[in-house]
Amino acid sequence: MQIKVENNKAWFLVLPVFLIVAFSAIIPLMTVVNYSVQDIFDPYTRYFVGTEWFKQVMLDSRLHEALLRQFLYSFTILAIEVPLGICVALMMPTKGRGASLALILVAIPLLIPWNVVGTIWQIFGRADIGLFGAFMSSIGVDYNYASDPTDAWLTVVLMDVWHWTPLIALLCYSGLRAIPEVYYQAARIDQASRWAVFRYIQLPKLTNVLIIGVLLRFMDSFMIYTEPFVLTGGGPGSSTTFLSQSLVQQAIGQFDLGPAAAFSLVYFLIILLVCWVFYTTIMNMQKDK
Amino acid sequence: MAWMSWTLPTALFFIGIAVILVGMTTWQIISPCVERRGFLPLATTRGDRLFIGLLSSAFIHLAFVALTDVNIAVATVLCAFWMVILMRWG
Repeated sequence: MQIKVENNKAWFLVLPVFLIVAFSAIIPLMTVVNYSVQDIFDPYTRYFVGTEWFKQVMLDSRLHEALLRQFLYSFTILAIEVPLGICVALMMPTKGRGASLALILVAIPLLIPWNVVGTIWQIFGRADIGLFGAFMSSIGVDYNYASDPTDAWLTVVLMDVWHWTPLIALLCYSGLRAIPEVYYQAARIDQASRWAVFRYIQLPKLTNVLIIGVLLRFMDSFMIYTEPFVLTGGGPGSSTTFLSQSLVQQAIGQFDLGPAAAFSLVYFLIILLVCWVFYTTIMNMQKDK
Repeated sequence: MAWMSWTLPTALFFIGIAVILVGMTTWQIISPCVERRGFLPLATTRGDRLFIGLLSSAFIHLAFVALTDVNIAVATVLCAFWMVILMRWG
């Protein structure tokens, strides 16, 4: 009988990563917890206030509205990007030069920095010089993202879909390429329809990449800041002011470090909860299969 | 460490978390756990139940702060009971 020797030295190789994460995430998070229970005037003048900031944050109606907008935004873009990404991946060519060209074209939006994406769509959506704005005007739609909240929402959602659907598409494309040809051969022998192939072969095999895609997109969209900030500045009014922008206004604009720290922690807990629910649900669905 | 603006309650909180993590790791080494199903609607390991317990405790504290004027220590005591129930029967 062969005895399996366990080598725990690998844990030491993880140590550098742990130290980096400690300095970049854990220590700042601990500092935020410390700030959240104090009224900070300057580095040397601070007073312990207990849970006062948490009460203020939890009862702030502006933050409730920003939270609702944030959930609406994240679920809207997920509802569009995931099916669209799967469709794009299914339509992409699999062989020859066409495959390489499609990969490059699809990946281009992912290479553009967030603030540049905001600027591109700021110009693209303008009725006087932007292609999208001019097109909407030409078909008789009174479109103005700077003054109409619905138009602002439409533009912010379209911008995110344009920027991030390629990520889902590329993840799904790699998932589809990993399916062995024998599955398709078996489907052909059974004369399975195109839908049956998708439903019983491709979709189950895409589950793992979709878990990663949904989690990444949820977390990213829930923390979105730069693109709407550049495009609409959170307006018109506060119609596109999401959580991170409210947080920045409070922390940097008003220099309310205590309430901003309490807000950050509530924000962090919500992200942690939603990600855990997503992850657990999807993993349990897989186990049940 | 002064730049981190430590206070006694937050220091005690983090010491508590660190003690729990070290304790759970030691417990796992001495007696590795098996995934099981309790009153929660999913199979969990000991670590899963700890995570669920800590996260739910955080939300219980937030609800107490937002909705009541009761001393936060009451929420802490309730959460301690909740953690015990969750770890044992969850």
